[in-house]
Amino acid sequence: MKTFTRCTLPLVVLLASASYQLHAQVSYDRLLRAASEPRNWLIYSGTYASQRYSLLNQITPANAARLEQKWMFQNQVFGAWQSNPLVVDGIMYVTERPNDVLALDAKTGRVFWMYRYTPSPDARVCCGANNRGVAILGDTLFMGTLDAHLIAIDATTGRPRWNIALADVKLAYSITLAPLVVKDKVIVGVGGGEFGIRGFIAALDARTGKEAWRFYTIPGPGEPGHDTWKGDAWKSGGGSVWVTGSFDPDLNLTYWGVGNPAPDWNPDQRPGDNLYSDSVVALDADTGKLKWHFQFTPNDAYDYDSVQIPVLVDMNWRGAAAKLMLWANRNGYFYALDRVTGRFLSGTPFVKVNWASHLDERGRPVQTPQPAGSPTWPGNQGGTNWYPPSYSPRTQLFYFSAWENYATIYRKETSEFQPGRNFSGGGFTVLTPVPGAPGVGIGRRTPINNWTDEVGHGAVIAVDPQSGERKWKFDQFDVTDSGILTTASDLLFTGGREGYFYSLDARTGTLLWKASLGGQIVTAPITYEVEGKQFVSVIAGHALVTFALRDQE
Amino acid sequence: MRAFVRLTHLLVCAVIALAWGGGRLAAQDIAARIEKGAVPLFARAMSRKGVRPLFRDAAQGTAQDHPGQYSAIDIETGSRLYAGQCALCHGATGDAVAGADLRRGQFRRSVSDEDLARVVAMGIPDAGMPGFKLQPSEVDGLVAFIRAGFDLTGTAVRVGHVGRGQGIFEGKGGCTACHRVNEKGPRVAPDLSDIGATRTPAALQRSLLNPTSAMLPINRPVRAVTRDGRTIRGRRLNEDTYTVQLIDEQERLVSLIKADLREYELATSSPMPSVANTLTADEQADLVAYLLSLKGLR
Repeated sequence: MKTFTRCTLPLVVLLASASYQLHAQVSYDRLLRAASEPRNWLIYSGTYASQRYSLLNQITPANAARLEQKWMFQNQVFGAWQSNPLVVDGIMYVTERPNDVLALDAKTGRVFWMYRYTPSPDARVCCGANNRGVAILGDTLFMGTLDAHLIAIDATTGRPRWNIALADVKLAYSITLAPLVVKDKVIVGVGGGEFGIRGFIAALDARTGKEAWRFYTIPGPGEPGHDTWKGDAWKSGGGSVWVTGSFDPDLNLTYWGVGNPAPDWNPDQRPGDNLYSDSVVALDADTGKLKWHFQFTPNDAYDYDSVQIPVLVDMNWRGAAAKLMLWANRNGYFYALDRVTGRFLSGTPFVKVNWASHLDERGRPVQTPQPAGSPTWPGNQGGTNWYPPSYSPRTQLFYFSAWENYATIYRKETSEFQPGRNFSGGGFTVLTPVPGAPGVGIGRRTPINNWTDEVGHGAVIAVDPQSGERKWKFDQFDVTDSGILTTASDLLFTGGREGYFYSLDARTGTLLWKASLGGQIVTAPITYEVEGKQFVSVIAGHALVTFALRDQE
Repeated sequence: MRAFVRLTHLLVCAVIALAWGGGRLAAQDIAARIEKGAVPLFARAMSRKGVRPLFRDAAQGTAQDHPGQYSAIDIETGSRLYAGQCALCHGATGDAVAGADLRRGQFRRSVSDEDLARVVAMGIPDAGMPGFKLQPSEVDGLVAFIRAGFDLTGTAVRVGHVGRGQGIFEGKGGCTACHRVNEKGPRVAPDLSDIGATRTPAALQRSLLNPTSAMLPINRPVRAVTRDGRTIRGRRLNEDTYTVQLIDEQERLVSLIKADLREYELATSSPMPSVANTLTADEQADLVAYLLSLKGLR
């Protein structure tokens, strides 16, 4: 039987290809080797290691000044656009809010098809009807939705293949992250930490949508970690997962950052460490079983979601080869962890921090809560946040956007939990230069920067993972929610709320080129190649803009 | 000038319609032609072949004597019956009962005419609807009035049996050679998985009898030859002044820059054959029923 299968299989394939040529198939094998086909952008952060680093090197520090806009695609709807496009063999797949998917020609930006899903009107999200993109396996795209469904979509036609509800939308579960495909499974997490959900990460069979495993980020009775909660607080403990994780195929572990505990700002309502809120969890990719966890901020009072991208780096550590995880956390510390065991290796503040005095030898913060009415550094949006960082194996530097000199005065209150309703436990105001001056919001609803650099400003920071120290920084007047892309020609691309799109020298932080795109950049750039030309795409405001080198005269 | 344009346009259309695949056009001519469309010419060609134009727009059409449709007398009969027997609960516009909008052809359970007739005869006791003892011609009339969208001058297409329709779709009708439904079938022709959610029975019948007259302009077949001699055929997905996007015969998404093309043609007639002479009126009604039952994933 075995022999029979072996000799008939090629024949079957041959017959099939005679009538239908195969579509662009993104096999798991291609996803594993995504770094080796830099013409494509197959995974949210570029590769499973999530370094957001590309081997493309046509654009260089020497010629970056010749970058010019090749095309622009305008969003069809209003609202911040945080999507990360994928590019597969010349076709770009990008989502827009709430849950549209578009297939574009990556060379011209013209549209092949558009799929529109209308989420339930019951969908509730704290911070905008965002969607951060799709994942691909075979010829199927996967999109999470605002009403906590996962939808499989035919990449050729934009037609839905299956649509599965993962949780009850009436309890304010949502999905805003781009899924991660590992082997034959699609892995997603749910948002809703501001509404007292019980967060989870789930893996679904890519072909059928059948749920393969589910890991609750808040352990229930009898599960390890449950004793870090008192009474029923775990039932509405939050622990949302709203940024895509990473995967180490050698260890068969998938890593995910977990969001804040609920209620956000009143830790007295949930005494204990509140595992696995504000943690990274390492799960067996086949079973979802917890291998290890590391909690950055126990019993969080500051909304320090640990939803940053887990960046996996193999490098020497104190003289020996090591498998590391690098992590600039919202709580203001930069961490290096051993990703095999979860062991804490080092932690250094990268911005001003006063909520903790230091980290102990196991990486646990020694907390120093500030008196009521006094400012806490970093503020509510953190030293950094969800926007993707980058690591360049060439420079061996870790790059991310940070908020400098930014603090918040927190206020805690007792909140009553009502399913599906806001469950915040207080609030906060941003520290203003003069006490008692009118408060400043953290959003930017007009093109006027009424915040100014007196309340905080953004910077791109290059950190040496070995020392945790800054190698260089690139200051911006406004704050920035932009992710970072680096390339093998030692270029760094990023943006910020001011709407400038920058190319920096990744070794020095020197500005090489910029374009004023006139809309907030609140996502990360990607790069790809079509017909021998390297492109760089970024979303600014309501426009997806794509650049390449000007053709030589 | 205007007359001249129209004359050239007809000539161009004739070339396309009679010799699809042979004619050649400069890219500039194409935009002008698309704007006009070639349907009238096609209709004329059809009448020369002795096929009656049965498929006038539902909006402007009058009652037909085609076997696939109910007669004006049926609709008239149904109208009177409806006012006397049904309007009390269903309302003058047919949407007074939750979950049903009779005028728009939205029912809780029914798809086919048989289903509707059964509901009229048996009622829906759970929902409080009684059964009505009516003559067959009266039942036909009610169904006709509903199918005509409560419009005495509307077209009332017969809607047959879903299961039999599916059999015809996948068998005798040969539809699955090009169309895709719920993940089965090729992608070269438009996917029909939710066609019943976006088309009326009249529009479906029109597509079946005269595919060209019902074809969305965007779906027109494309043939392009690149400067290096590559020929690409497919169905158009999108087009602008400088580029065109299509799905080719190998079901690949292709984007072409017009300046890179040596030839570029659009066919104005649909590659889909009419079922007018290949399926009986009952089979057509069954096929309409099947298509009407396709509501997509949601």
